[in-house]
Amino acid sequence: MPVETATRISTLFANCRSAGKKAFIAYLTCGDPSPRDTASLVLALERGGAHLIELGVPFSDPIADGRVIQRASDRALRSGMTVPLVLEIVREIRRHSQIPLLLFSYLNPLLRYGFDKLARNAADAGVDGVLLTDLCVEEAGDPVRRLREQGLDTIFLAAPTSTERRLRLVAEHSSGFIYLVSRTGVTGEQASLSEAAAPLVKRMRALSNLPIAVGFGISTPEQVAEVTGLADAVVVGSAIVKLIEANTVSPNLRATLENFTRQLTAPLRA
Amino acid sequence: MSSTTLPDALGHFGPYGGRYVPEVLMSPLEELERAYSDARLDPSFEAELHSLLHHYAGRPTPLYFASRLTESCGGAQIWLKREDLLHTGAHKINNCLGQILLARRMGKHRIIAETGAGQHGVATATVCALFGMECVVYMGEEDMRRQRLNVFRMRLLGATVVAVANGSRTLKDAISEAMRDWVTNVATTHYLLGSALGAHPYPMMVRDFHKVIGEETRAQSLEQIGRLPDTILACVGGGSNAIGVFYPFVGDASVRLIGIEAGGRGHRLGDHAARFSGGSPGVLHGAFSYLLQDDQGQVGLTHSVSAGLDYALIGPEHAWLHDRNRAEYVSISDADALTAAKTLARLEGIIPALESSHAIAEAIRRAPSEPNHVYVVNVSGRGDKDIDIYRENMPELDPDDSASSEQRGDAG
Repeated sequence: MPVETATRISTLFANCRSAGKKAFIAYLTCGDPSPRDTASLVLALERGGAHLIELGVPFSDPIADGRVIQRASDRALRSGMTVPLVLEIVREIRRHSQIPLLLFSYLNPLLRYGFDKLARNAADAGVDGVLLTDLCVEEAGDPVRRLREQGLDTIFLAAPTSTERRLRLVAEHSSGFIYLVSRTGVTGEQASLSEAAAPLVKRMRALSNLPIAVGFGISTPEQVAEVTGLADAVVVGSAIVKLIEANTVSPNLRATLENFTRQLTAPLRA
Repeated sequence: MSSTTLPDALGHFGPYGGRYVPEVLMSPLEELERAYSDARLDPSFEAELHSLLHHYAGRPTPLYFASRLTESCGGAQIWLKREDLLHTGAHKINNCLGQILLARRMGKHRIIAETGAGQHGVATATVCALFGMECVVYMGEEDMRRQRLNVFRMRLLGATVVAVANGSRTLKDAISEAMRDWVTNVATTHYLLGSALGAHPYPMMVRDFHKVIGEETRAQSLEQIGRLPDTILACVGGGSNAIGVFYPFVGDASVRLIGIEAGGRGHRLGDHAARFSGGSPGVLHGAFSYLLQDDQGQVGLTHSVSAGLDYALIGPEHAWLHDRNRAEYVSISDADALTAAKTLARLEGIIPALESSHAIAEAIRRAPSEPNHVYVVNVSGRGDKDIDIYRENMPELDPDDSASSEQRGDAG
């Protein structure tokens, strides 16, 4: 199911390819620490050099996430975060920025909101794509069709445990890019890049021409450099969320986040 | 499609069930499904399981006519399927023996499990001891407080019990934590899920390991009563004991199937675990089924005096039985379950688990209006693990109540 028109996501990766550059993808949980903070934090990430933002939709039972993002989800839900508020935040960001935006969610909150309504309202607000952590490709036909009809990209995860057959299915259902999980496990930082990442990138390259992003466990400029040596993009999530958590009440939160992002993205400007 | 051939190849019971998990678990679930299909075709697997169920767990369990309870209700005949007499004190051991044999076939040497009331944790720790495997059980802190005796039992059996302090600190959070462990250690670890929940093949596999309850009930009814029962009653948390006793009767239109959910202390979200009356279809822990959730799709909190019924999603095959009107689902309050436990203790000398007390309460409620009917109530577990809770709630039986008031203090 190819997306006919160029999305902000496909344009980003086309530009990166022609310039010989790699992309930096930043994750944060919407509504952490509060809904009114998210848009300005996204802009700080962009100023620090992020090229694409994953907007995490908080869920009460985030089974694929480690402690850091679990705590962020709790804070966001306590602050009253909802799917309609996520879309309001997207509209707010779009008044200032054209950075590609990806909704990163568990299935149930979006299922409850309704995929038809979500596809229309998300596209209208300025969302570019959707990634659902717990939606396997076998169950994804209907949501993918509805999202694509509104010009949204659908991004799926592939993992080191995925068989060749499954990698092929993931590639077939994805548009914009493919997200490779660097290791078996939940989200969270780790000391060194998993040895599973490089072979997984190689296996996926043999099956698809889509850009490849690698995430899970990446938190330092050295790891960013290492990953972008293999893949088209790198995703950093928990390290960013942890920094937000540590500076929640700081008046310098935005500047601190911007500087941290600038350090992480430095290898991409070299 | 006949109900006995369900689920379909992707684990669907009608629209329910399926596989809603992170991609990292998809290949392991496919591997588990293949291993399970192979095992079921292997006569030596069936023979070993049958032998363990008979010589180790104590099957078959009796079908017992509760004559004093029947007389006291003054209506339907009430028969009890005595799963409480099994080794470890509940039906959970049926599934644990099946899955541990499967884990051994798959070459997994580390077993993880979640537990609510602790019965599944104890049964898992038991089979791990029997097979010499490493065992880690995740249990909500709140449930550990409610079920202290079972926590110690698991430790005595050599298991590591991990306290889960996230969210509501009950079964839901224990399952989330077990899934996180499985995602991380999937190469060496089998997740021994304890109810008819989760991603395919679990709901089918857990049902199949428990359908022996219904098969025995069927044969015993024909032999002892001379006919099939009119009504089968079973409590439903995730729904493993209920699907086990229901399944062999699904094709018998004359047999009414009644599942009893936890009515808790009221009708508001957070005060009960009645998924059919209070919930709507949604996804939790890998399956699509009736779910207690708020209007934003966040999973609702649940309450039941019984930890084993205190869960937000009902097993997907129950959702399908419900929608096709093949089974009815009702709820029983905390208070009525406690009263039923006392009634059964006084009339039959059987102290049931709090979970099973919900099914007994519904039988007591209906029996007077249905003379000439034959009921079978699945007594899924015994009440030893619940003695602290019975004691807290029946101060009239505990004149030296310093101990019970101390316990109430602990709870606050």
